[in-house]
Amino acid sequence: MAEGAGEEKKKFSIWDLPDVPVGQLPPHLELQRSRVSCNKDAPIHTESIQYSGAYASMGIDNSSRLDRFSNNFRVEVVRLNEDDMEFDMIGIDAAIANSFRRILIAELPTMAIEKVLIANNTSIIQDEVLAHRLGLVPIRVDPRLFDYLSENDQPNEKNTVVFKLHVQCKRGSPRITVKSDALKWLPNGSELVKETRNATSDSSSKPETYTYFGCSQETIPEFVKNPIIPKYPDIIIAKLGPGQEIELEAHAVKGIGKTHAKWSPVATAWYRMLPEVVLLEDIEDDLAEELKSKCPVNVFDIEDLGKGRRRATVARPRACTLCRECISGDDWEKRVALRRVKDHFIFTIESTGALPPEVLFTEAVKILEDKCERVITELS
Amino acid sequence: MEHGSFTDNSAATFSLTDEDHTIANAVRFTLNQDPRVTFCGYSIPHPSEARVNIRVQTTGDLAREVLKDACQNLMLMCRHVRCTFDKAVEDFKASNAVKAIKIDSQDSSGDDSEESE
Repeated sequence: MAEGAGEEKKKFSIWDLPDVPVGQLPPHLELQRSRVSCNKDAPIHTESIQYSGAYASMGIDNSSRLDRFSNNFRVEVVRLNEDDMEFDMIGIDAAIANSFRRILIAELPTMAIEKVLIANNTSIIQDEVLAHRLGLVPIRVDPRLFDYLSENDQPNEKNTVVFKLHVQCKRGSPRITVKSDALKWLPNGSELVKETRNATSDSSSKPETYTYFGCSQETIPEFVKNPIIPKYPDIIIAKLGPGQEIELEAHAVKGIGKTHAKWSPVATAWYRMLPEVVLLEDIEDDLAEELKSKCPVNVFDIEDLGKGRRRATVARPRACTLCRECISGDDWEKRVALRRVKDHFIFTIESTGALPPEVLFTEAVKILEDKCERVITELS
Repeated sequence: MEHGSFTDNSAATFSLTDEDHTIANAVRFTLNQDPRVTFCGYSIPHPSEARVNIRVQTTGDLAREVLKDACQNLMLMCRHVRCTFDKAVEDFKASNAVKAIKIDSQDSSGDDSEESE
């Protein structure tokens, strides 16, 4: 408060007022910085204000230093199975969350069938369609145990997994469906013999095949415990009528989702921001009933205040799908505010089976670290 | 590859090959957080070519050093994310194991009462 007028005029600073929060943004700016307001027509304040000097004129440092990040960052796991997981990441920015999502979908390596050597195919499924379908079958094997196969390399036990498919429908028997459990793993490599031109030079007893396995893959202890099979045994690959036969050998190699989607280790991975539903004024009695019935996912609940009066409360904001039913109609926008918290991400990862989802996420973070390191070494 | 001026080292464009939005957006975020940076941004000259141009302008420090620091910060952030995530998964699995044991012991004792949580 400015002291009474006198010869000395005291300099008046707004920060001296008792109710102005020092070192923090005023509430309306904090709302702009940390929440996306989802209005009836479109969301506003969607960009994240990252620039370190954004609030320099207010004397507030917007830069998030590493120590502040380390203190505020939290992960909470909501659901974790063998095949999918849902977890919350709190305190991280959308740029990094998106990087993780992109890496999970496109840059985590997996094994998938790439080369199909067809010895006999008299079914109605064409060769290339059959090969395409085989490529999309997820294989339950840890890709970290294998190396990439480049053009100059020879396929050996360290970079190839060989499967065999030999199905025949005999004349007179009913039609059969070829499912993915018909794919048999060959730990010793290819059995198809390559035709060599000079028969005289090859006097060795072992004929040359399409792969050059030094030792059997069964000797690796990991594969003794978990033999390599397709993850789901009931994927339909082809259908055979009487007298039709399929005999082929499939070679699986390591690759990433960027090259072809069959190498993507996740069915999908997505995130959404935590919804925040705020009642701007007290909603009572009939209006409360109306609000509760409007929401298709039951975000709102009625609470009894006694004496027959009821009030609406927000019970499950996390379930909100942003359908905006609660703000449609007249005047509802003044009573209910739909917002999203900009730094709280609900991540869902659905794995196709090669690796469990928590391992997938850890590998994705490692890949981002490797990319940074590559940039740093390029710069130095 | 750095494209800058020979006289002024505080502003430069870095052209990274075989990269895309994945790392460029993350590096741009950490660059923005650095108080030495006056301007930073990235662009992809053509979507068919895997190349990213990251522009950094600083308040006097070497642009190359600032970009290196930003990448280091990103690496440290990733490490912290990994540690926190691993710990959270372990805690979740441990608490689930405890719950499973509790349910098992209730079943084996022939107790019909529901476990209220």
